[in-house]
Amino acid sequence: MGGDGTPPTPGGEDGRPWLVRANPAAKVVAALLVAAGLIPVVDPVSGGVVLAAGLVLLPFSGLHRGVFVTLGLPLLLMGASIGVVNLLFGEDGTVAALGTAVRLMAIALPGMLVGVTSDPTELADALVQKLKVPERPAMGVLAALRLMPLLAAQWRTLGLARRARGLEAGPNPVAAVTVFAGTAFALLVRAIRTGTQLAMAMDARAFGSGARTRARVSHWRATDTWLIVATLILLAVAHGLAISLGTWRLLFG
Amino acid sequence: MTSERGALVELSDWGWKHSGRADWSLRGVDLTIEPGERVLLLGASGAGKSTLLHAMAGLTGEGGAITGEQEGALLIDGAPAAASRGVAGLVGQDPETQLVMARAGDDVAFGLENMALAREEIWPRVRSALRGIAFPYGLDRSTAALSGGEKQRLVIAGALAMRPRLLLLDEPTANLDPEGAALVRGLLTELAATTEATLVLVEHRVADMLGAGGAGEHGRGLVDRVIVVEPGGGVIADGEPRTVFAEHGSRLAERGVWVPGHEPRPHIPPASGGPPLIEAADCTAHAPREIGALRTAPHTVLDSADAVVDAATSTVLTGPNGSGKSTLLMLLAGLARPAQGTVEPRGPLAAVSERPLFRWPARRLARHVGTVFQHAEDQFVTGTVRDELRFAPLRAGMGEHATAAWVEELLERLRLGALADAHPFTLSGGEKRRLSVATALSFGPAHAPDVLILDEPTFGQDTRTWSELVELIAGLRAEGRAIVMATHDELLLRRFTDVELRVRAGRVHRVPAQCPTDGRSR
Repeated sequence: MGGDGTPPTPGGEDGRPWLVRANPAAKVVAALLVAAGLIPVVDPVSGGVVLAAGLVLLPFSGLHRGVFVTLGLPLLLMGASIGVVNLLFGEDGTVAALGTAVRLMAIALPGMLVGVTSDPTELADALVQKLKVPERPAMGVLAALRLMPLLAAQWRTLGLARRARGLEAGPNPVAAVTVFAGTAFALLVRAIRTGTQLAMAMDARAFGSGARTRARVSHWRATDTWLIVATLILLAVAHGLAISLGTWRLLFG
Repeated sequence: MTSERGALVELSDWGWKHSGRADWSLRGVDLTIEPGERVLLLGASGAGKSTLLHAMAGLTGEGGAITGEQEGALLIDGAPAAASRGVAGLVGQDPETQLVMARAGDDVAFGLENMALAREEIWPRVRSALRGIAFPYGLDRSTAALSGGEKQRLVIAGALAMRPRLLLLDEPTANLDPEGAALVRGLLTELAATTEATLVLVEHRVADMLGAGGAGEHGRGLVDRVIVVEPGGGVIADGEPRTVFAEHGSRLAERGVWVPGHEPRPHIPPASGGPPLIEAADCTAHAPREIGALRTAPHTVLDSADAVVDAATSTVLTGPNGSGKSTLLMLLAGLARPAQGTVEPRGPLAAVSERPLFRWPARRLARHVGTVFQHAEDQFVTGTVRDELRFAPLRAGMGEHATAAWVEELLERLRLGALADAHPFTLSGGEKRRLSVATALSFGPAHAPDVLILDEPTFGQDTRTWSELVELIAGLRAEGRAIVMATHDELLLRRFTDVELRVRAGRVHRVPAQCPTDGRSR
């Protein structure tokens, strides 16, 4: 950050890993391309190639191991459970089950990478400026993200407040559900109130009163174009390999 | 900072009714505020002061955030307020719900973006606004990492960057600890000396604000005019601060307005003190992990803290926000578990059970240690005031008949009878606080809690509800119950404190009490 009129962070030389630095819009487009390219096919090879490429990207994503474990575990669990269910109850055998599991993980992984490698502010800027997403929902979601820690603190307080009233789940699962539902409702009421106050503060700062300018520029660099080109090439290679190996199969084929 | 001329505010026969309400918040308001005037707006709680500020900010018109019915006219420089957005800057109570962006610079820029300012103009203005509040960090400082006072100063910078000609401040220090409040008051005093903008301020703690103004070095106080409004009515007093307080002081105080020199003097029965009931020894506690902060080490909020709670004694925890005061309160209440150390019952309370308090089942704990949270609605669990009071005794196995009789008595005692069938969430702030104290007492006359724990019990109360509450808990202390409170309220500290425990940076220090221990109210 520095010179006159330059916005604080989305400058070029910030020393972050390239996947973190890449324009979030490019990452979103790449993730959507992967989804669009993989949804129609159900073989393990095309999905496997894309998944492998996604995993190769990981060391460059700037992810810390702790975050990777918290994200990777649900991903593996999801893939494994889908695979097992398809194997047990599907009619198409082992290869198809493996294909379904691999395909799902291959589609989910880029989405997760977009989520964890993008700064929320940069993501909103990119969505609005590059992908022409309407301003109001984009800014609304961004403001709501800022309130997440506040909601977490409110959730903890509500739990303590219930114990103070003599309400506690203990080992009884029915009581646990009732207490949870009551706390969730109270949190909802609090969240709506907090949201209303925030919306009012935004309105008081002239939000939604007409056209607005952007303080930050969402930069599109050559690497962003390359990310999309590379994704397309990857998909072409994946499908080509599957066809040449004879495993390529359409979803409703 | 702001150099443009202030805005002219004119109200004629103005009134406002929130949608879904039967009564007018304000009605028949005739008022002219000249450009550059600094006005302090006063009134009892529920007098519609915030509504008036929001209306001046243009939030109540067509498509505004607040819906309702308006009568009369509210003009800013001759144009309807709703059409003049951007002229007025509004700063509210809670900085937490006013910051929009994740980084400080972006947040100040937010309003400028909405004004469609060119990018080349935005950043110099952001920088100068941040200089104006002496912001000690860079533009990319995370807003979440700021203290309450710093956050509120940033909110003010966000409003000032828009160069408002009308600056509206709605209790800007209410949610802050004394240090944060002093930080914001200092900024406001400086601002009053430099800005040409018209300024309208709503503030309960009038004495602090006038004091800050009087101490101004530039020969001009923070406010030079006081306007008092009445619930459902119009302006009942208007003029120079000294004159208004001299002529209407006692009458305003009676209506609940905080007036310097007319602080409430509640009747406080004496209490003799008693044996220890709860003892916290060598307690260490960590802050819960923030979402997304997967790698940070747990932050220690309490570090080998000791505290003793005696029967028939008012023990007050003080200290800045984030010092570990609330954490200590939750430990003493048996609601949270210390990472190290013990919180154990003593004396009569140990006769019930000798296990550490946090191991007590919730039902038993609620019966002996009552806790009143800062946001009273956090602990409401039913749909009507009466059910709220019936909840505990019925669960404790008290008969339907006995419960009904006791609930009626409680409703009577706490003046909640007329509201028995109302939903707890619809009550006013003072009523909610009374109800949450009532729920803590609802186990029955024989089982009222031995210890009553309250978090910021007087927050946001007007003088009447303040006195009622203090008299209520003073009565409980005289009956031999232990009272433990966390508070920033200086007056409460002066009037009703036997033991002060000052919490600072995770340590607890016992300081001599400010008020005579015989509890007389002088």
